[in-house]
Amino acid sequence: MTDTTADRPGAIDARPVRHPGRWVAVAVIGVLVAMLVNSFVTNERWDWAYTFQIMQQKSVINGLWMGTILGTVIAMAIGVVLGVVLAIMRMSENPVLRGVSFVYTWFFRAIPRYVLLSLFAVGFGYLYLNKFDVGIPFSSIHFATIDYSAWSSTVLIGGIALGLSEAAYMAEIARAGILSVDRGQAEAAQALGMAPGKTMRRIVLPQAMRVIVPPTGNETIAMVKDTSLFIAANITIELYYQATFFGSRAFKIMPGLMAATLWYLIVCTILMLGQSWLERYFGRGYGPTPKATKQKLTEIGADH
Amino acid sequence: MPATSDAPLVHAVNVTKSFHGNEVLKGIDLDVRTGEVVVLLGPSGSGKTTFLRCINQLETIDGGRIWVDGDLMGYDDRGGTLHRLTDKRIAAQRRDIGMCFQRFNLFPHKTVLENVVEAPVQVKGVDRRTAEARAHELLEQVGLQDKPAAYPSQLSGGQQQRVAIARALAMEPKLMLFDEPTSALDPELVGEVLKVMRDLAQKGMTMIVVTHEMGFAREVADRVVFMDGGVVVEEGPPGQVIGNPQHGRTRAFLSRMRQEEQAHAQAVTEAVSAGVAALDDAPKEP
Repeated sequence: MTDTTADRPGAIDARPVRHPGRWVAVAVIGVLVAMLVNSFVTNERWDWAYTFQIMQQKSVINGLWMGTILGTVIAMAIGVVLGVVLAIMRMSENPVLRGVSFVYTWFFRAIPRYVLLSLFAVGFGYLYLNKFDVGIPFSSIHFATIDYSAWSSTVLIGGIALGLSEAAYMAEIARAGILSVDRGQAEAAQALGMAPGKTMRRIVLPQAMRVIVPPTGNETIAMVKDTSLFIAANITIELYYQATFFGSRAFKIMPGLMAATLWYLIVCTILMLGQSWLERYFGRGYGPTPKATKQKLTEIGADH
Repeated sequence: MPATSDAPLVHAVNVTKSFHGNEVLKGIDLDVRTGEVVVLLGPSGSGKTTFLRCINQLETIDGGRIWVDGDLMGYDDRGGTLHRLTDKRIAAQRRDIGMCFQRFNLFPHKTVLENVVEAPVQVKGVDRRTAEARAHELLEQVGLQDKPAAYPSQLSGGQQQRVAIARALAMEPKLMLFDEPTSALDPELVGEVLKVMRDLAQKGMTMIVVTHEMGFAREVADRVVFMDGGVVVEEGPPGQVIGNPQHGRTRAFLSRMRQEEQAHAQAVTEAVSAGVAALDDAPKEP
């Protein structure tokens, strides 16, 4: 093998396969990018300076925090907690709990979120404008009376409506996650004397998280965007409404829209980074060893 | 049953269990005294694993009774009427019974140390520091003192099973159940797990072991119980049941096991010699 003579083949020097399709694609993309840049440069109605001004308006920032982000947090908190509860109910031995979970998921998956928001704010407002009595049904016993009109168009109601809808989707995600955990895990925990609730919380759910987190990240990002539907419940403290309202008042329609667009891009980028961190956290113990663990292992090895 | 000093630790009477109309256990009686090592032998489908799982209630029994350390498992006997225990009380009954599974079932999201510490801290409420100190001792006992920070996926099967033994021992059980602890292991890893189990037996642990390891049964067991078709066919000291079986079914099973062992050894020998021959025949590089 070590001898190389003139008649033995040497290093390969071959012509690569040609990819004419790629060159066509690059040309088409090039033209489209040129069109976009051309529009940016020649059409002064883009008005980027004004776009950035709108982005920094107090009302827009307030709408971003107190509407879009707060609404997402409320909706996802309700969605995740209720979703896990629904998933556990769905796997219960009790047929009533199973049935309730099924009907819930069926109902809320069928209702569009825009319709649900109107239903919660406008519809309930129509039924119980000033007085929503909390008490025992069909009796005159009331514990409290709520002035619904004061609540109907708040971020809280919007978040609840979206959260109830989200729970239906999260239930399926959580159920897939719980089912992905090997039965032997729960058995091992039970054999150690762990009660069922603790087994679920300490052993099954943390492992289910590895399967639950990636789709939940997608749901969260989708929820940020769905808060732009808040206007269906006449909720105006929200990014999209505030940015476009400011833009149209100044007859700067596109800058208003672009201010909202850029903020959505920023928020969703941050969420995607957070998601990849969470995936790594819940993926520990699987796949390649993380650096920190390797470090720990060598330290411990050095002790002995 | 009153818990007196000479009462057996495990007292099972006429235990029956069916899965979807298929009767897997047809009236098992078994007593295990404190400190005794009992090996359950039998062909697959004989019900030995099911019976083991019934002892710590991973399966609920259809008939008969099982007492462990004087406690009726799964039920409260109030003047002849049985009341099913709540999940919490069943969990409490399992605390004193350790179990090792064929597929180890370590918690993959926790390190070795966290696996061992989990139950004492979460179930018994032992202070974490104390539990960790004890866990280090147990890891040393199973020969894994250098692995507390490793995750189960970073360990070999034999190492994982030894962690599983340490995890079970951390609850200071009175009884250890082993469900085919070496069946999922590569042959070269079986020995290290059996050694830990042998040490445990020598320390006086009461053990019920489902296994196909005849050597372990012969050397370590105080008593061998041969099961087939959901009944105990015969039982006695290993020398008697394995050395001089009385029943045809036992003899048939043992000779099949021996054949398998021989066939396996034969295959290994042939493969090795074939490999050597292939090496011998290979043209040598000048």
